[in-house]
Amino acid sequence: MRTDDLIKALDADASSKAMPLQSAWWMAAGAAVVIAAAVFLLTIGPRPDFMAAAHTMRFLSKFVFTIVLAVSAFALIRALSTPGASTGRAMAWMAAAPVLVAVAVILELFMVPEALWGTRMVGSNMMICMGFIPLIGLGPLAIFLWMLRYGAPTRPVLAGAVAGLLAGGLAATFYAAHCFDDSPLFVATWYTIAIAALALLGALGGRFFVRW
Amino acid sequence: MSGKDEAELSRLMRAAIAGDEKAYADFLHRIAALVRGFVRRKIVQGGVDPEDVVQETLLAIHVKRHTWRQDAPVLPWIYAIARFKLIDAFRRRGRRIEIDVDDIAETFAEPETETVSERDINRALDGLSPAQRSVVSAVSVEGRSIGETAAKFGISETAVRVSLHRGLAAIAKRFGQGRFGRE
Repeated sequence: MRTDDLIKALDADASSKAMPLQSAWWMAAGAAVVIAAAVFLLTIGPRPDFMAAAHTMRFLSKFVFTIVLAVSAFALIRALSTPGASTGRAMAWMAAAPVLVAVAVILELFMVPEALWGTRMVGSNMMICMGFIPLIGLGPLAIFLWMLRYGAPTRPVLAGAVAGLLAGGLAATFYAAHCFDDSPLFVATWYTIAIAALALLGALGGRFFVRW
Repeated sequence: MSGKDEAELSRLMRAAIAGDEKAYADFLHRIAALVRGFVRRKIVQGGVDPEDVVQETLLAIHVKRHTWRQDAPVLPWIYAIARFKLIDAFRRRGRRIEIDVDDIAETFAEPETETVSERDINRALDGLSPAQRSVVSAVSVEGRSIGETAAKFGISETAVRVSLHRGLAAIAKRFGQGRFGRE
């Protein structure tokens, strides 16, 4: 087939329509939030003293970390799924959540006596944390990987990893409403491991599933 | 040069998305020339046929045109897709380099003739369902319109459009997965 012949076929198909990628991303984000919320509410749900806890800095700080991660990952993944879009700024913003966690960890180390560092870090339910963040994030991750297929990421493995970070940030935001361990020492350790597991899974998905 | 190209191509692409087929044909011909120049500059040694990469890029541009933001410049979008497809072609060639020794010898023997039948897209076309293959061939190689194709096969125009769209999407998908023949 000559290239001119191919162009005839493409032109004849000009009227076929697909939803613009950027709109599709917002719909995907909405669907992912609904699925994560459903899994969260049907399994562990928020902690009973949620309203009281909402007045403490440590509890609220968890949401700052996870929401900042999710928002920055959402901006980056939209750029990564669009060929030729500049990703530099969005990439730089990905440092925001880790920096905030690092600052909180340093403050916590100043405020809490050294003897308690270990207990604060180990917490009371690290296994639940490492199990439920990936569990809540699995549905959203699947949606985001489908979206990457719908888009056109020129760096599919990186985009897949960011899909994992986005799913992780979203899942951790819900999980944080359940978890009694509010210390930044706990968050920096176990949330990071759980979210990294989703990022790894996302990178594998990007490698083997996102081909175009 | 680039600024004028950019403005003109963005305008054509926007018109095409709004449903102007003539603008789309114009757009695709210009893109083919641009991408051909780009790919030929990048391929300095044999092994990858530039025209295969041009065709793969055009298909990818077509099936992924919903990823272009209408307020963003179109040239960086086009070149990013072309670069991705070029790298993909090199990677594939690297994997099959041993099987291809004979092909290369033949290419040296008669460099200018009949590379057309050896196109990757023909092999991808062979992998389609018979209905999709005949519709895609009728519209492309035989140059028939949607209406003429419908009359030729005795099916509705809608059925022709659906087969064409699915056929092109299937070829693009096969390229993406590095599969070309019938499985």
